[in-house]
Amino acid sequence: MAFEYAPAPESRAVVDIRPTYGLFIDGEFRDAADGKVFKTVSPSTEEVLAEVADAGAADVDAAVAAARRAFGPWSALPGAERGKYLYRIARIIQERSRELAVLETLDNGKPIRETRDADLPLVAAHFFYYAGWADKLKHAGFGPEPRPLGVAGQVIPWNFPLLMLAWKIAPALATGNTVVLKPAETTPLSALFFADICRQAGLPKGVVNILTGDGRAGAALVAHEGVDKVAFTGSTAVGKEIARTVAGTRKKVTLELGGKGANIVFDDAPIDQAVEGIVNGIFFNQGQVCCAGSRLLVQESIQDELLDSLKRRLATLRVGDPLDKNTDVGAINSAEQLARITALAETGEAEGAERWSAPCELPDSGYWFAPTLFTGVSQAHTVAREEIFGPVLSVLTFRTPDEAVAKANNTPYGLSAGIWTEKGSRILAVANKLRAGVVWANTFNKFDPTSPFGGYKESGSGREGGRHGLEAYLDV
Amino acid sequence: MSEQDERATKAAGKAAKTKPKAKGAKAGAAAEVTATGRLSVLKTYKLFVGGKFPRSESGRVYEVTDSEGNWLANAPLASRKDARDAVVAARKAFGGWSGATAYNRGQVLYRVAEMLEGRREQFVGEVADAEGLSRAKAAEQVDAAVDRWVWYAGWTDKVAQVAGGANPVAGPYFNLSTPEPTGIVAVLAPQDSSFLGLVSVLAPAIATGNTVVAVAAERAPLPALSLAEVLATSDVPGGVVNLLSGRAAELGPPLAAHQDVNAIDLTGADAELARELEIAAADNLKRVVRPGLTSDWAVEPGLERMLAYLETKTVWHPTGSLGAAGSAY
Repeated sequence: MAFEYAPAPESRAVVDIRPTYGLFIDGEFRDAADGKVFKTVSPSTEEVLAEVADAGAADVDAAVAAARRAFGPWSALPGAERGKYLYRIARIIQERSRELAVLETLDNGKPIRETRDADLPLVAAHFFYYAGWADKLKHAGFGPEPRPLGVAGQVIPWNFPLLMLAWKIAPALATGNTVVLKPAETTPLSALFFADICRQAGLPKGVVNILTGDGRAGAALVAHEGVDKVAFTGSTAVGKEIARTVAGTRKKVTLELGGKGANIVFDDAPIDQAVEGIVNGIFFNQGQVCCAGSRLLVQESIQDELLDSLKRRLATLRVGDPLDKNTDVGAINSAEQLARITALAETGEAEGAERWSAPCELPDSGYWFAPTLFTGVSQAHTVAREEIFGPVLSVLTFRTPDEAVAKANNTPYGLSAGIWTEKGSRILAVANKLRAGVVWANTFNKFDPTSPFGGYKESGSGREGGRHGLEAYLDV
Repeated sequence: MSEQDERATKAAGKAAKTKPKAKGAKAGAAAEVTATGRLSVLKTYKLFVGGKFPRSESGRVYEVTDSEGNWLANAPLASRKDARDAVVAARKAFGGWSGATAYNRGQVLYRVAEMLEGRREQFVGEVADAEGLSRAKAAEQVDAAVDRWVWYAGWTDKVAQVAGGANPVAGPYFNLSTPEPTGIVAVLAPQDSSFLGLVSVLAPAIATGNTVVAVAAERAPLPALSLAEVLATSDVPGGVVNLLSGRAAELGPPLAAHQDVNAIDLTGADAELARELEIAAADNLKRVVRPGLTSDWAVEPGLERMLAYLETKTVWHPTGSLGAAGSAY
């Protein structure tokens, strides 16, 4: 017999969302110059959470000007003093982490288990790590006196709103830059709460400016003459647009874009561990992860055994209320993203791949997609080539290691890959040949502030995290 | 500077210097009775070993005075046995501390800075008394000590990225060098800087995952013994730092000769004692830091005091090879 789980909801009372939010420019919240606003909704219920100012060109001007004014004094501070501001921010994030986790779950739709145990600890750790670099830059290997670039224009996605903010802001401030950051249109709230954390930390005004808005605000920021550095995380299509925009300028650019990661399982892999890794690789954060292991490459001889185990495991995933502490898979972030996932899955079926979805009940309101896998997928299939950015796994097979490597690399992307085998030399030989910026062996989707992250090929350029992540914000 | 200015400066200096005498709760006879007529409670200074605050097993104490000879406290005069007990405590703590993540060690060291900042006034008074400094000068020392903890808190998870790395060996091998803590570090703390100097030699040793037995400045041990109270309330596991007060000449030899001590910092030894201890340390080839490595405690340190207590471990692993004509791995 099957036991029912009792509901285990995390309390919403820990977070107080105001009905309206302004732009955070020069240390203060203000309305958009033209008074425009937009609504942000909770993807699991479609409830409107707040109205947020919609930044226009005049607001981008004001934010960049504020960041420019702040740049002189901020970059002139001794590194140790800048570091202490970042340590304060890290500590306040730790203190407020439950509040921020609930907020992020409400605004993004991802499970509280993930925001509480993955997003927020990584956010605090990232600030803590880069705080320590602020006074150690001459030891980082970029010359005796590395200089900041100036004003950084940063545009981040909706899949890890606060974590992507941390990846952008922490290294930028540690190296002495000031920032104008635009969070994603569908997940603006945690960045606005971060603005409040900057206030609590006593951060000088203008060092961090937050502009909420849609892609137009992001484009205006990237194109702004007063911006010295552009950092973007998002789709490869927008990344290419940004690369065209900054062509011929002085702007330094780092891009963290899409992926179609191969998760390669050899016949000697421990099956149960591999299954957990595959699940984590593609169903973590509803598969809305640029480095997701969205292509499973399984050695032909173990395909049946592995897929049986995998389907059994997927049937136990709990899909539903993201605030429930037992939930494994939450809501898709937006109606638009759900439509994209749905369309790509339909294309997969139409092209002849075999679709299997976990038997689970989906809530009536909100944006939901059941964990799904496609078998019988060839390299020519759309679901093997395009980034779906959802809980959809495409299963391909291989016979030899060389074939696995060839298939893994047969993509314009090159962000991540996974290798499952008990043989160490095979891990290293395969890793050696993979054209991907992060290779996980017998694990997947591991992140740490000390570890550089970023892609080869059309998955972007530059690295975030670790000592390497400093380079993106230094004049080297 | 005009004569008038100079007088004013002198007067200000004098005022600052005499101020702690009037206010300091522990500054000997001058502080016995406060302004309200209440008799202050004096602190019994003790050793710090294995996270506890014992007296010396020998039962001995020695008189500690301020720079003008006024009695401040009776500090424990630690014995050779106390030193050996401290080594046992440090060894017991080594596995847990060296095995903690670098991130965790950084959090703990930063917590020390937080706790110290909260007791700033106490340490300004103690350093002023111990070193005969004005309050303003003592405050500079304490502030620099807080910032030094922050500096080393940041190094815990970065030193491996600066001191380690992948080596491009000429063969099909993965080859990675990683720094690891050497073990127990015995420290004869500097005699010329009772607090900032102590923190500057202590923090790098524990930041890198070592555990420490430190002998405080002989004539000015009180700030060090009070630092133990900060460490005890900062999530630093018991035994990671052990603090002794007493004679460098008495405690140095058993520590230098101890077979379970892996490194020794001779900063607080004079030239003759340092030479003698370095010879004793050679018996099990302790890593030795000679006196004079740091000449100015106020200056931002480099890596030298961390690298001194790090071993480099290099791991080789075959990478196999992929080839079109059948793979050999």
